[in-house]
Amino acid sequence: MIWNPHYESMEREKLTKIQSERLCELVDRVYRKVPFYRKRMDEQGVKPVDINDISDITKLPFLTKDDMRDVYPFELLAVDPIDIVEVHTSSGTTGKPVVDAYTRKDISIWAEAMARTLAMGDTSRTDSVHNAYGYGLFTGGLGVHYGARLIGANVIPISGGNTARQLAILQDFKSTVLTCTPSYSLYLAEAGREQGIDFRKITLRVGLFGAEPWSEGMRKEIEAKLYLKALDIYGLTEIIGPGVSSECECQDGLHICEDLFYPEIIDPQTGEVLPDGQKGELVITTLTKEGTPVLRYRTRDITFLDHEPCRCGRTAVRMHRLLGRTDDMLIIRGVNVFPSQIEEVLLRIEGIEPHYQLVIDRREQLDILEVLVEMNEQLFSDEIKNLERFEKDISEGLYAALGIHTRVKLVEPKSLPRSEGKAKRVVDKRQL
Amino acid sequence: MTLKQISVFLENKKGRLAEVTKLIAAEKINIRALSLADTTDFGILRLIVNDPERCFAVLKDNNFVAQQTDVIAVEVMDKPGGLQQILEVFDENNINIEYMYAFVEKKSDNAIVIFRIDQPGRAIEVLEKNKINVLSSDIISTL
Repeated sequence: MIWNPHYESMEREKLTKIQSERLCELVDRVYRKVPFYRKRMDEQGVKPVDINDISDITKLPFLTKDDMRDVYPFELLAVDPIDIVEVHTSSGTTGKPVVDAYTRKDISIWAEAMARTLAMGDTSRTDSVHNAYGYGLFTGGLGVHYGARLIGANVIPISGGNTARQLAILQDFKSTVLTCTPSYSLYLAEAGREQGIDFRKITLRVGLFGAEPWSEGMRKEIEAKLYLKALDIYGLTEIIGPGVSSECECQDGLHICEDLFYPEIIDPQTGEVLPDGQKGELVITTLTKEGTPVLRYRTRDITFLDHEPCRCGRTAVRMHRLLGRTDDMLIIRGVNVFPSQIEEVLLRIEGIEPHYQLVIDRREQLDILEVLVEMNEQLFSDEIKNLERFEKDISEGLYAALGIHTRVKLVEPKSLPRSEGKAKRVVDKRQL
Repeated sequence: MTLKQISVFLENKKGRLAEVTKLIAAEKINIRALSLADTTDFGILRLIVNDPERCFAVLKDNNFVAQQTDVIAVEVMDKPGGLQQILEVFDENNINIEYMYAFVEKKSDNAIVIFRIDQPGRAIEVLEKNKINVLSSDIISTL
């Protein structure tokens, strides 16, 4: 079901016009009301009169995570503090938390965006939403809550934790929609199995999972274990919380609510805007937010866009599921390379275990990427030519995916460091 | 009949070969023949030993990637043209050799050549038809 066909299936030309109008209004407003933005725009030499169309957005300065910390807690506020009705923050695990302050209208924008997300999973008034995202300063719990309320579904605000009770409530209340992190859904499945619960008999029909990166393999596992359709949803505190984008039933990219959140993909090095299909950093501008609007926020998430209308009937642009983070990005001979791309190529080859390491070095002014892959019994052959062909196959697969030549090196089993939490995949020996 | 050769994957790193021979020596396994094929990064050590099963188990227990491969051992007269005779037989019968290596027997005047061939069964048939002596694993382990 499409919650808001007017905006979600709008003709591109009409949508562009609305985006342009909203951007002009936004820039004019923040320039007047937020000293931080005025200073940044002045430094960049751009005035509100220079912004007349959505394509003028590239004239505006970027906003980074560090900026968001510098303005802590309320320097980005674009309204009178009395108009703020709710505040949320990020966890702040890597420094000061990011603050999102909502006006009454912002809460209704959030509810609208989340209603669209929930409707992608066909949520309607007849559904019960088992909402296991945490309630509190974290945006997950209340975001889903407001969206489900707008739709008129029955929300079960169970929040996170207490898995035994979650399983009992799931069975007793006959919930049809599950919202939580993908990893928690697998935890629920595991705990349920230990209790002898048969998930075929559980009424859950669809799951909306987000707040952490997950893979296609994990989707298959969740769907097989919980007997539901698993959809990827995306959002971040800096923008609004969940509701920025979500997969529809086609499971082929996440539709962005682009009348509310304008997306761009940039080259994280140069800041240059990239066309559809090219991977880069996702940048978002909140076109309608009042409390803490953000202009060209660099999410550090890597994805690409596709403006082709979707089979579901929506025209809203789709972003590919997250491919990585700019923090993990390597630049090799000027090409942006993500360890996740390399992993994808390696794991496609039969017999390769996820034990590999990337070593980058610079010899005679040239970057060299060495991919170390552990040998195992399944891959081993006692003929040199077979092993060399195997190295060549990997190297060609990597060239096709990355566009750069790599040196594949087979190493002995258990010779690469094993992960303790996060695996040490990358060794950069370059002295720049 | 064929005999078991043990192949081991080794990185080209200082001391790796010595580690293998040390393990084997500690188990009192005797190496009858060996060959080392290598590239810049890695090598494949091929061993003929008196007790291949135990040798294989020891290597695996110590995290080496090892494999047992069927090879053929052929006795060749230790004089000019000895090997040539065998290779001609293979050639005439379209038998392709993946790799080979040789060692000289102490107790007689013969050399022993180890062949790795895709279809060892057919190779043995051809050799026997041409009255070339294919050695059994029993003989190899008593040499």
